[in-house]
Amino acid sequence: MNALNITKGTSSKSAYNLRSGHSDLNERHTLAVLVANEPGVLARVIGLFSGRGYNIESLTVAEVDHEGHTSRITIVTSGTPQIIEQIKAQLGRIIPVYDVHDLTVEGPSVARELSLFKVSGKGEKRVEALRLADVFRANVVDSTLDSFTFEVVGSPEKIDAFAELMRPLGLSEMARTGVAALSRG
Amino acid sequence: MSGAKMVVQALIDQGVDTVFGYPGGAVLPIYDEIFLQNSIKHFLVRHEQGAVHAAEAYARSTGKPGVVLVTSGPGATNAVTGLTDALMDSIPLVVLTGQVPTFMIGSDAFQEADTVGITRPCTKHNWLVKDTDALAQTLHTAFHVACSGRPGPVLVDIPKDVQFANGSYEGPAKMKSHYQPQLKGDLDAITALVTAMETAQKPIFYTGGGVINSGPVASQLLRELVEATNFPITSTLMGLGCYPGNGGNWLGMLGMHGLYEANMAMHDCDLMINIGARFDDRITGRLDAFSPGSTKAHIDIDASSINKVIHVDIPILGDVAHVLEDMLRVWKARGRKTNSKALKTWWAEIDGWRKIRCLDYAADRKVIKPQYALERLEALTKDHDRYITTEVGQHQMWAAQYMTFNDPNRWMTSGGLGTMGYGVPASIGAQVAHPGSLVINVAGEASWLMNMQEMGTAMQYGLPVKQFILNNERLGMVRQWQELLHGERYSQSWSESLPDFVKLAEAFGAKGILCSDPADLDEAIMEMLAYDGPVIFDCLVEKHENCFPMIPSGKAHNEMLLGDTAIKGAIDASGSVLV
Repeated sequence: MNALNITKGTSSKSAYNLRSGHSDLNERHTLAVLVANEPGVLARVIGLFSGRGYNIESLTVAEVDHEGHTSRITIVTSGTPQIIEQIKAQLGRIIPVYDVHDLTVEGPSVARELSLFKVSGKGEKRVEALRLADVFRANVVDSTLDSFTFEVVGSPEKIDAFAELMRPLGLSEMARTGVAALSRG
Repeated sequence: MSGAKMVVQALIDQGVDTVFGYPGGAVLPIYDEIFLQNSIKHFLVRHEQGAVHAAEAYARSTGKPGVVLVTSGPGATNAVTGLTDALMDSIPLVVLTGQVPTFMIGSDAFQEADTVGITRPCTKHNWLVKDTDALAQTLHTAFHVACSGRPGPVLVDIPKDVQFANGSYEGPAKMKSHYQPQLKGDLDAITALVTAMETAQKPIFYTGGGVINSGPVASQLLRELVEATNFPITSTLMGLGCYPGNGGNWLGMLGMHGLYEANMAMHDCDLMINIGARFDDRITGRLDAFSPGSTKAHIDIDASSINKVIHVDIPILGDVAHVLEDMLRVWKARGRKTNSKALKTWWAEIDGWRKIRCLDYAADRKVIKPQYALERLEALTKDHDRYITTEVGQHQMWAAQYMTFNDPNRWMTSGGLGTMGYGVPASIGAQVAHPGSLVINVAGEASWLMNMQEMGTAMQYGLPVKQFILNNERLGMVRQWQELLHGERYSQSWSESLPDFVKLAEAFGAKGILCSDPADLDEAIMEMLAYDGPVIFDCLVEKHENCFPMIPSGKAHNEMLLGDTAIKGAIDASGSVLV
């Protein structure tokens, strides 16, 4: 992690113009953290966020390179630009962290989340749920006479929207994986 | 080779000859191996916290990592304060803890604690070794991590069955680690800083513990740079000694109890060059009024220190010695320019602040003023080959103000964590590292009592540490804040039922000296210095002395309190929530 390699903003006195002019506004950033898959590494990352009072809006983790024992942690967090820079620097300081990428500033990226919805209902509501699921390109992964379980993959906003629509139609349970994200190209 | 033998072999291969520790059930195999060899000397402390502080001072005074060996459960939990202290002050430590055997982990076994879980936030990194074959490389990596980059404490937790089992040992040469912090600073950034230095009208060097951690070369380069540029220099508590206290450009320590001229110069400067310091809240005071008109440069090896609390204009990520070397080179190549005319005016301004003589105090013929005691201690010991440790509180600040440190690695104090009880074990660690030198622990009676059991360690190993206790029968700094902030309601800040320190010294087998009359002080200090063995010096001082100058919480550098005048209402409501 190079401290110089961060977003350029505006500051009349600055030789490097490090900070954006809107430093008091909260921003949401998606960070991809590549770590050695060793015991306790997730606890180190989570402990950093809880110990220093940073937000975690979403966190996913899985091994992505079995031979290299490398895991990828995707964290969605929010804070002022200064806090975001601090989070990245603090993550970079953890010994088993190989690399920290801020997907929000490093060009375009794609973010997807998988979710499961159990919707119970009969008659007209059941039909309506199925029709909306079709609009959202949701898969039916389980069905009984009085319930469907839908699988929806998409951006967190799409999943939020689907949940809002299902609520009056008998949404009884819901599970979300959190965001996985990659830079484009 | 057994795991236990590997531990000893790895320590030898890492060049370790001194270990501070305390045995227990889960480390007995390692203690057995220590018994069977002569390369490593083990110092038995009286409490595990003492072992860690002793190792910290050993590390701080030698530049080598301190090594600690303690048992599982309470041995490990007792080490936690020392680990946190070392993390805050960036002290390289390798702490080895025993653990219950792997097959009993998680069963709430006798003396079991989740050591890696408990110490995760207070170490730079830690490991639980479950396989003897991985032990040697883990230990070598531990030394690498502790000493590279921003130094810090690491911990290796070794279950007892791993110590007994056999595995293959590999030496340090085969150690591989992706952890390779960047040492060289960015040349463009360094050139930007040098350019700013050439035209600066009111520049100042603000140095910290990072200069000392970077090694003696860093201090040397810093001295060269200060001499060549004629810029004024101040330092944090942790950086004392990186520039000589008797040097002409020295402004004294800055910060909450720093010198008036240092804080005023920081406030009014137009170019602040932070070298290995971290804009700690003891330094900055009120953030939005911190040196409002200056361009700020920050040299630090830890990217997370840069822009953490103070936005800087010229960040330079790298090791202090490497960056200073490049700075000097670039500055010389560009023609050794400074704005000498403006500097002359700047120095005249600084001399005006110096005339305030902020360390003056009301002398007293009947009672020993703590400042006077330290002035005399300084005068009578400054020509000695001397190491000073302290506890935490008023005495610590007075020692920083009234004693002079001309070399790095001579001053061991708990800065970031402010750990009362640091000084006694620290004096032992420093004396172990420098057996022929004079080691003095400047203490307050309350702090000193927190780890006084370590006098037993001093006696056992014949370590002639001098415990110089400024005894005001109060928790002086707490009392001072209660006076300033809490309507003089001195809640629980009295040291009731104090021991007779002279008798206490005798009980340990040390020498005790009591002094209460300023007229006797010099003679008593000389008696302490002349005694070849540990001394507890009970110096009865003025009970209600406050430590000044002081930047009250929530105030700016130019709002310092200078003396016992006008302290009422010095701290307002928003400041009173700060510590």
